[in-house]
Order: sequence, then C-alpha cells, then structure tokens
Amino acid sequence: MSAAASLDPATGVPPLQVTDLTAAVDGADGPVTIVRGLSFSVAAGETVGIVGESGSGKSFTALSIAGLLPDNARVTGGSVRVAGRDTVTMTESARRRVRGAEIGMVYQDPMTSLNPMMRIGSQVAEALTAHGWSAAEARARTLEVLGEVGLPSPALLARLYPHQLSGGMRQRVLIAIALAPRPAVLVADEPTTALDVTIQQQILALVARLRDEYGLAIVWITHDLGVVARIADRVLVMYAGRIVEQATTAQLFARPTHPYSAGLVASIPPMRGADRGDLPQIGGVAASVTALPPGCPFAPRCPQRRPHCTEEEPGLIARGAAQTAPDVSLAACWVPPEDWT
Amino acid sequence: MSADRAPDHPPARPGASRGSRFEETGAAPIVQLRDVVKHYRTRGRGTVHAMDGVSLDIPAGSTLGLVGESGCGKSTTARLLVQLERPTSGSIVVDGIDVTRASAAQRRRLRRTIQMVFQDPYASLDPRVRVGEAIAEVLAVHRLASGSRRRERVVELLEMVGLPASSATRYPHELSGGQRQRIGIARALAVQPKVLVLDEAVSALDVSVRAEVMNLLARLRRDLGLTYLFISHDLGMVRHISDRIAVMYLGQIVEVGPWRPVSDDPAHPYTVALQSAVPVADPAVEAERTQVTVSGEVPDAANPPAGCRFHPRCPLAEEQCAAREPALLPMPGGGPAGGAHLLSCHVVQREQRGATELLARAGEGSER
Repeated sequence: MSAAASLDPATGVPPLQVTDLTAAVDGADGPVTIVRGLSFSVAAGETVGIVGESGSGKSFTALSIAGLLPDNARVTGGSVRVAGRDTVTMTESARRRVRGAEIGMVYQDPMTSLNPMMRIGSQVAEALTAHGWSAAEARARTLEVLGEVGLPSPALLARLYPHQLSGGMRQRVLIAIALAPRPAVLVADEPTTALDVTIQQQILALVARLRDEYGLAIVWITHDLGVVARIADRVLVMYAGRIVEQATTAQLFARPTHPYSAGLVASIPPMRGADRGDLPQIGGVAASVTALPPGCPFAPRCPQRRPHCTEEEPGLIARGAAQTAPDVSLAACWVPPEDWT
Repeated sequence: MSADRAPDHPPARPGASRGSRFEETGAAPIVQLRDVVKHYRTRGRGTVHAMDGVSLDIPAGSTLGLVGESGCGKSTTARLLVQLERPTSGSIVVDGIDVTRASAAQRRRLRRTIQMVFQDPYASLDPRVRVGEAIAEVLAVHRLASGSRRRERVVELLEMVGLPASSATRYPHELSGGQRQRIGIARALAVQPKVLVLDEAVSALDVSVRAEVMNLLARLRRDLGLTYLFISHDLGMVRHISDRIAVMYLGQIVEVGPWRPVSDDPAHPYTVALQSAVPVADPAVEAERTQVTVSGEVPDAANPPAGCRFHPRCPLAEEQCAAREPALLPMPGGGPAGGAHLLSCHVVQREQRGATELLARAGEGSER
C-alpha cells in the first residue's frame, strides 16, 4: 500500500512512516493477528487521527508504533520508521533509546500512569536521565517543559506528588513527560477520554499549540469523531485490524468513501437543526479478528454489499472527488461511492 | 448555597411556590424535586456540597436531560431519585409519593415506579449468572411472576429490548457491550416502571452501538409511555433525546429550559462554555464557531466559591458575581413554546441578553 506515503505533503523523510505493519498477540489457540497490514505516514506538524471501535486494533497499533507491546504480543511484519530508521528490526536496546527520545506516548488514564510515590519533577527528570541527559540538564529541561504544557509555577509544582494535582493537571504532566526529551513523534491513545469536556478542550488546544510550535508529528487515537474533527488533519478509520478508509478530515466527514465510515459519521446526532428522528444504524455486530468472515470483514453488515465482496478482501483504492494527492481518499471497498444505493 | 445566607436574598432559590412556572406543557410532573440538598460529611475534606438546593420537574411522558461535568451533582440526583441515598433536606416526590417520608410499603411501590440504568452494564451483571436468570431474579424479588409465566415474561422483556429469546442462556461475557446494556434496560423494565433514570447509559458504548441503544430508548419511551431522566456529559446525546435540558454546575442548576434554546442558544455562560468545549463531529462546524475556553477546573465541592459558583472561571464575571449568589430566574424575554427557560446569572439578567450573544459581542472568551 505505497499509496499511503504519497499522501504525505512533506518532502523528504517523514518523522513517522509505517509500512505493512502486522502485529499479533498470543491466544489460547496460537497467535492472533490484531493489526493486519497497516501503512501510513505522518509529516512534521501534522496530526493523523486513528478512529475505530472496540476491537478494531487502534490501541494495538499505538503500542506497536511506540514499541510498547506487552510481553505476549509482537510485531510480526512490516516496518515502523522513525526519522527513517526502522524500529522493528533494531535491537531491543536501540529501540529503548528511540522510545521516549524520538517517540513520546500519552495514555488515557493519568491516574495510573504516574508513580504516586514520586514527586512530579523527579518523574519528568527520570524520562530525561534515562536517555542520557545529565542531572543538571534534566532539571532545567523539566522546569522548562512543565511551563510549556501550561502548568503554573513549575518550580513549585515539580515538588508535588500526583495526588496533589487535578486530573487535568496530571494529564499535562504526562504530556510533559512525553515531550521532555523533545521527540519528533507523539502517539496519543485516548488521552482525553477520562477528562471532563472543558478540560479536554484545554488539553486539545495545548497539544495543537505544541504541534505547531515544535512541528510534532502526532498520531491521535480515539473513538470520538468529534475530537478527530477538531484536531486531525487526516484520519485513518480502522475496522477489524485494517485501515478501511484514509482521508483528510474534511473529506471524511463531507464525503466518506467507505460504507463503514459513512455509517459511523451518520450515526452521530447532529448538533444543529430541529430534526431528531431515529439515528441511522449500522446494524450487525463488529467483526472479530479471531473469526474474520471471508472477503471484506465489513461485508456482513454492509448496505452496499455486492456478491464479490464476500469472496475477496479489497485493498485501499483511490476514491472520492479528488483522486490525486493530497486530498485523495483511499477506501478498502470494491464499490465506489457513486455506485452506492 | 448556604442556608444562612438565603434570607438576605429571598429569590436565591426557586421555592415550591415557583414550581408551577417550571412547566407549561400541561402534563403534571411525575418527578418533582424541591430545594434538594445533599451534603456528605467527609473525613479531612470537610462537607462536600453534592447538591445545593436543586429544584426540578419532569412531566409524565417527557425526557429531562441533565448535563454537567464530574462533581456537578448529576449522579447524586440519580441516586437520590432511586432511593440509593436520602437527601440532607428538601423534598423529592415521585408519582405522588414523597421519597423522604415514604412508608415501607410506599418505598416498595416506589422501587417499581422508578428504575435506574447504569453506565457500565458489565459491572451491574453477575458474571456467573445467565442473563435470563438475571432478569428472572428481578421478577422474583418483586414477586411479579413465577413458574412458566416468569419464563414467558423474560422472553417478552428480551424481545422488548431487541434481543432474541435464545440470549437468555448466555453469560454476560458472551455478549457485546450493546447487548449487555440492553439486558440492563430489560432488567429495569421488568418491574414495569413509569420512570427510568439513565445515568450515562450510553456513554461507554461504541459509536455505532450507541445509535442503536438511543433508538431503542426512544422507541420504548413511545411504546411504554415512559418518563426519562437522561443524565450524560455528552451534550449531543442529551440534545437528541431530551424535551427539556437542565445544566448543573457544582451542585446547582444553572440553566434549565426547552432543549433547543438550551442546546443551541444557551443563555448561561457555563452552558456556552460546555457547548463550545464539546467537539462536534463536523469539521465545518468546528472551523466556524468561536471557541469559548474556560480557564481552570471545577473547584472542590467541599469548598465552593462564594457568590456565583462559576464566577472564578466565567468570562463574563464581574464584581457582584463573587459577592452575591444569583437566583434561578426566567430568561429575560423568554418563555417560548416548550416551557419556561430559567437561568442563574447576574450579567445576563442585567443585560437582558443570553450569554451566547454577550460572549459573541465581547469577541471571545478568555484564553487558557
């Protein structure tokens, strides 16, 4: 799926380039492939949103990219290039250096990802000294980055413990830890899902500002299409371990080119107008990667299904109004939107 | 609010006498809260003001949406309504029975009148009990059906929530999140209640499943003539299902009115901030609207700010807001179809204009 790279508006080497990534987890009856051949790249200063429902493989994708898969899981194929270097084939110690230093990661739950026994400042500094920063450099950078994420009085704050902070402040600390070593890539897995909406709004604005200031390449994983509409430049829609649609955010919402994305977009109640009829439903049950149907995994639920769809799984095909980069939409669907019924 | 300050400002709280003004839709309220206060005494943190003088009416057959962020008191409101807890003061009348003074027999009746559906269907189902038995258990506890009639009723309830009769023999872990939430709804419906309290009932569901459960709720309300209290932090879902919407902040109602104005043209600055904070799944809407960003976070409910509780974060705040608590009063020039529109804001009352318009005129809210 080399078409993915052609979407990249940047010239030269993108900060993050994922090619044909597959990843599996050990199941009771042998390994189960959770991510099935993912290709995309993220340019400097760009935010790529990955949306999908439970079991789509989006969080597994995040962990694969960040090199943080649990012991019973592994990348089984493809490459994850960070600034041109493949992190999949490198040694574990080399990967550990890249992780954190060049890819930062932020998770959903700010309560569990911080050490309750350690002062905030020490936790940020630890992320730096682990990557070879001297104690003095780490101390200076800690105070600097706490300020960058909008926390008041960094010197004072660095002496506090996590329980002394609010949820929103803890999430800012986690972002500070991720960004302290000045990585080029930030992978965020639902970091605002547990936050109240006014706090989520603050964090989204903060991340957008940091992206623009430092030219961060951001992968933002979420189930919330509203969050994607607010912050992403491009969106990947995942279903059953694959990308089923890849499009600019504007195109995805205005002219979705995969029936699954179209169903998702339609099922959200509008925030305008007086019409409040039944919400369009996709129907059926999400395909499970442990029991994929033959052909397209979405076919059993698909309103556009043709006979061929249950025979062969489609790859990504250029669709939509703009069939050339950078606005092209790619959809893993045999049926072009103009033929939809 | 503190009771000792009330006499200085008589209109600070909508008293029982103002109840009739809440609704002009004709239907008598089946749920009526008057000046409900719920304080929790905690060790170390002092007294948490979970609810501080909440008055609400829900007319029979209608849906009241209740929105707000964590700690605003919306879940406490739910817990008091279904008698999981008792209010510190105030009255809660459900279907003619005062919850706070109910006899044992009345309490039993109440438990059949009003039922709750929780956010996490997984947590509320016993993993070792087949879902059919979980529904039958409710029928048994309330002595509603026995023997073959009970089995028939279980099947009826499953079908009512869109599940096949065969799902009765499944265990909770064999069901999807949406199916489990349908079981939660079936259990609530088993006692043939008049009122359902839906506390974040669709919040944990996947996007596509959420639409299905929302449609199911709309159908059940229509077919069974149910009344809903729909509690959610998701303004989009609340907008979709509610007849009226109430907005809570730090234990108080700050705005309540017909769904359309409260959602689309909010009058209270907090509602404006909340609405602006919710990302809309439409990049065109996202691009064109002015974002009102409120600073800081919700203060500790054990130590709520004096005056208007929202004033430390409010882009419209002025001196009087820190000094005097605003009363919940009708929207200036309000009173459109669908019932009264009330809000508590000094600035809106003086300017005779809603906060949406005031903030748009002010350019935009404060940054950071």
